[in-house]
Amino acid sequence: MARAVLSESSLEVKQDNQNIEGLEIDATDLGTKELNDQLRDLMLSGAKKVSIRNVCGQRYIGTRLYTPEHLEMEIEIFGTPGNDLAAFLYGHKITVHGNAQDGVGNTMDAGKVVVEGRAGDVLGFSMRGGEIYVRDNCGYRTALHMKEYEGKRPVLVVGGRSQDFLGEYMAGGIVIVLDLQDLAHEANFIGTGMHGGVIYLRGSVKQSQVGGQVDISPIDEFNREVLDQYVSRFLERFPEIGKSKEEILRSQFVRLTPKSKRPYGNLYAY
Amino acid sequence: MKSFVFPEFQIIRDEEKCGQCRGCERQCAFGTHTYDPVADRLVSDEYKCSGCQRCVIFCPKDAIVVRPSPSSYRPNASWSREKIEDLKRQAETGGVLLTGCGSDKPFRIYWDHIVLNASQVTNPSIDPLREPMELRTFLGAKPDMMEISAEDGDVQIKTELSPNLMVETPILFSAMSYGAISYNAFRSLATAACKSGTYFNTGEGGLPREMRDEFGKCAIVQVASGRFGIDAEYLNCAQAVEIKVGQGAKPGIGGHLPGEKVSQAVAETRMIPMGTDAISPAPHHDIYSIEDLSMLIYALKEATNYEKPISVKIAAVHNFAAIASGIVRAGADIIAIDGLRGGTGAAPKAIRDNVGIPTELAISSLDRRLRNEGIRNRCSIIAAGGIRCSSDVIKAIALGADAVYIGSAALIAMGCTLCQKCYTGKCNWGICTQDPRLSGRLNVEIASQRLSNLISAWSHEIAEMLGGMGINALESLRGNRDHLRGVGLYEWELDVLGIKGAGE
Repeated sequence: MARAVLSESSLEVKQDNQNIEGLEIDATDLGTKELNDQLRDLMLSGAKKVSIRNVCGQRYIGTRLYTPEHLEMEIEIFGTPGNDLAAFLYGHKITVHGNAQDGVGNTMDAGKVVVEGRAGDVLGFSMRGGEIYVRDNCGYRTALHMKEYEGKRPVLVVGGRSQDFLGEYMAGGIVIVLDLQDLAHEANFIGTGMHGGVIYLRGSVKQSQVGGQVDISPIDEFNREVLDQYVSRFLERFPEIGKSKEEILRSQFVRLTPKSKRPYGNLYAY
Repeated sequence: MKSFVFPEFQIIRDEEKCGQCRGCERQCAFGTHTYDPVADRLVSDEYKCSGCQRCVIFCPKDAIVVRPSPSSYRPNASWSREKIEDLKRQAETGGVLLTGCGSDKPFRIYWDHIVLNASQVTNPSIDPLREPMELRTFLGAKPDMMEISAEDGDVQIKTELSPNLMVETPILFSAMSYGAISYNAFRSLATAACKSGTYFNTGEGGLPREMRDEFGKCAIVQVASGRFGIDAEYLNCAQAVEIKVGQGAKPGIGGHLPGEKVSQAVAETRMIPMGTDAISPAPHHDIYSIEDLSMLIYALKEATNYEKPISVKIAAVHNFAAIASGIVRAGADIIAIDGLRGGTGAAPKAIRDNVGIPTELAISSLDRRLRNEGIRNRCSIIAAGGIRCSSDVIKAIALGADAVYIGSAALIAMGCTLCQKCYTGKCNWGICTQDPRLSGRLNVEIASQRLSNLISAWSHEIAEMLGGMGINALESLRGNRDHLRGVGLYEWELDVLGIKGAGE
């Protein structure tokens, strides 16, 4: 029923395309499908910005927003969105005022996701484009098999720390883990099977923490420019952190890159 | 290091017939044949021969014979020539043995031990040349019950139906990715699928953008652990999405498309940098449980606006029926099971020849399991792995499958001779290669015609066999094991297949 009512109001919206800011969905008692039905209806009716309040575990927010015309929308989420937020995301900007759960940005193609809190496991899995900014920590298997392709280069910036298997099988993209609390990186198996892309860690990491396919090196001038650009964007989104870019960039950083584009080239007898 | 391995094949050239045209030299990408200008004759290096028979078929004088090398070690029931030579190869390289195509080991082929029924006197047979035969099949979830409303003779279906795939004949082309096979081979499959009212499966290598408009309508797109070439457009242009969990030729392991096969065009389609290994991890790293699988199934349903059936492909292994039951409950609309003899472009030989169970047994246990649990209607079953002819198809359906995937059979229709050297990327038939000189040998028009011919021939034969059993719709044969009998099978095999012995 909720959907029918909303569709009617969306029809009205369509007639007045200029003034469609500030639309809201109340997610209380809505299931995943119902919430995403409403979100899609709003996008199809021309909404450019939608706030979703009282989100509590509804999954796949942003996933059903593909149209051949590539309509784009800004979504503000209040509460805790469920797993696979922004999975297969194709454009759109999503801001979470709260924590996110597992699978944020799964196989994401384009768009921006900002999490004003922490993210769970498999963050940015197989992500191929777009940007994700997470203010606090993230879970296990972050940026696993992240890729890049021609002009598309995904970026993931995490303000806190990551758990184990960060950047496993990574094939492209840029991951920056800032550890702003200076707690030191404790993740193991970082970059196992890595064959592309780059991970920047603020602070240092022991050889025993990274996979055998990874080179650890200090950053150079070009890397600093990359960091400068994305740390700026990160801080713009989280002014509450209260640190300056210069302060962060003055710290030590290490850069993890793959030793080879072909880690398993010599495995076989021909 | 001097190799201690025999040449696999012996090449016999009839010097009287040979016209020194050097055609064989040009045909062989392995460099087997070379011209000796001094002697004005062609010489062959048997060590390089893959046994693909390309030179034999294209020799204008029929001057070449290629056959397994007759050289032999002392016969030994335990240490066969294959075992000895595999071991030597590994001693020489220290590597994992790679191979291509489906397993060639003599596991029992149950198709050849099952016979079909036919009508005699009572329940007369039907002549498909005169009467309509329904081979059309709908793949996807069917409702538990159907509510209808009838007002003033106007009947409406009230139950919300799940999206289904409509195939004109129960034969689909199995997943073969662009990258593993050549663009021309890939396009031939797509062309033939559209022409024959069936579907091709993109495999996990993406669908080239320029093909999406034209061939999306007969495409099943795959989402595998490498997540190559996937964007919302790819998912939405197709008619169904398949999550690849496993493959019959290599259950439990991932895949590596070697960097040398990742050409510019393959890189664009897979959306990865040129020349990198395309690594498909063994598991999906976002799926460690049925609940996780369910999450991906629904993520894909969301991404495609609940308009497309979602298939899950698994390899048939020991406890797969219980897992499949979980997959149905996780929301899959179609389950594809790939058996022991399923093909591949590259797999470790140890895995290909030793892991998994035969498709025939798998179909029957899966169908029975889902029926017993009362959820058979909630998904369709596509059986794959070792389907060689129309009678295999019809037996698969009588054992409980809704349709079959053919992979090797389709490749053979295009020219493949199962030489098992797919992983070298030097396929002389232009099928399993990214070398433009080789892939150009495969003419899309001719290859797609051969594929369409195959589908049409098999469909005719299926209609004939159905008619012979007095059945006019494939639906009536599905899971109808009464029409099957086993010959030369043990009791346990008959039990698993759910069929009686012949004469019973």
